[in-house]
Amino acid sequence: MADPMRLRATLQGDTADVRILIAHPMETGQRRDGSGKIVPLHFIQSIVVTHNGKVVMDGQFSQAVARNPFLGLRVKGAKVGDKIVASWVDNTGDKRTDEVAVTAN
Amino acid sequence: MQAKRRAVLKFSSGLGALAALTTAGLLRVGEVFAQPWNKSGFESKAVDEAMKSLGALNAIESRDIIITAPDIAENGAVVPIAVASKLANTQSISIIAEKNPFPLAATFNITSGDAYVSTRVKLGQTSNVRAVVKADNKYYVAVKEVKVTVGGCG
Repeated sequence: MADPMRLRATLQGDTADVRILIAHPMETGQRRDGSGKIVPLHFIQSIVVTHNGKVVMDGQFSQAVARNPFLGLRVKGAKVGDKIVASWVDNTGDKRTDEVAVTAN
Repeated sequence: MQAKRRAVLKFSSGLGALAALTTAGLLRVGEVFAQPWNKSGFESKAVDEAMKSLGALNAIESRDIIITAPDIAENGAVVPIAVASKLANTQSISIIAEKNPFPLAATFNITSGDAYVSTRVKLGQTSNVRAVVKADNKYYVAVKEVKVTVGGCG
């Protein structure tokens, strides 16, 4: 099971500033390990963010997204206490879902 | 006895339905994922192919797309890039690093009401970074050069 995401959602006016930090190696399939063997591709392919159950962002990554990916987005019409849920799936089928409530700034 | 038989039948038919759904590709890991992963785009090695996979070959250059990225990135493995679009009805934002082995880095379909996304990508070398925005079913593009001191693709 993958490590939990670090999620933060702070309200600024009527917009929630959502920040997501995912723990993931994001291997490009081009790097070699100490013994000279290629480290196989291992990267997050999809990430979906919902606000109170409604999809607000449906993202697709390639291996070019940096290790431990960061994703920032803004959700309009949010209120304190609203639920933000993020879930990702990587190319090996590993997945993780975490949630956070919107907090006042 | 009778009741048990019912239960078994119910259970197995449920399993069957689930298997059928899985094979039909309807029930994939994390059911909520609306768009299939853009395999052809993410695996294309040329910028034009990646643009084509997005349907954005004839994208119009736009000043309403703002790319926030460093002019010089010391470490190509972590380059923060933010894209904001002022175009009405922005539907998606894609990030393309022109000189990466696989240029298309990410695509975001946005329905949050605020056309903004920030993330961090790897850049193999100094390269133009393109932001392709789909708004009102038309495609727009903006370009910014990022100089890379140490590449991040090895």
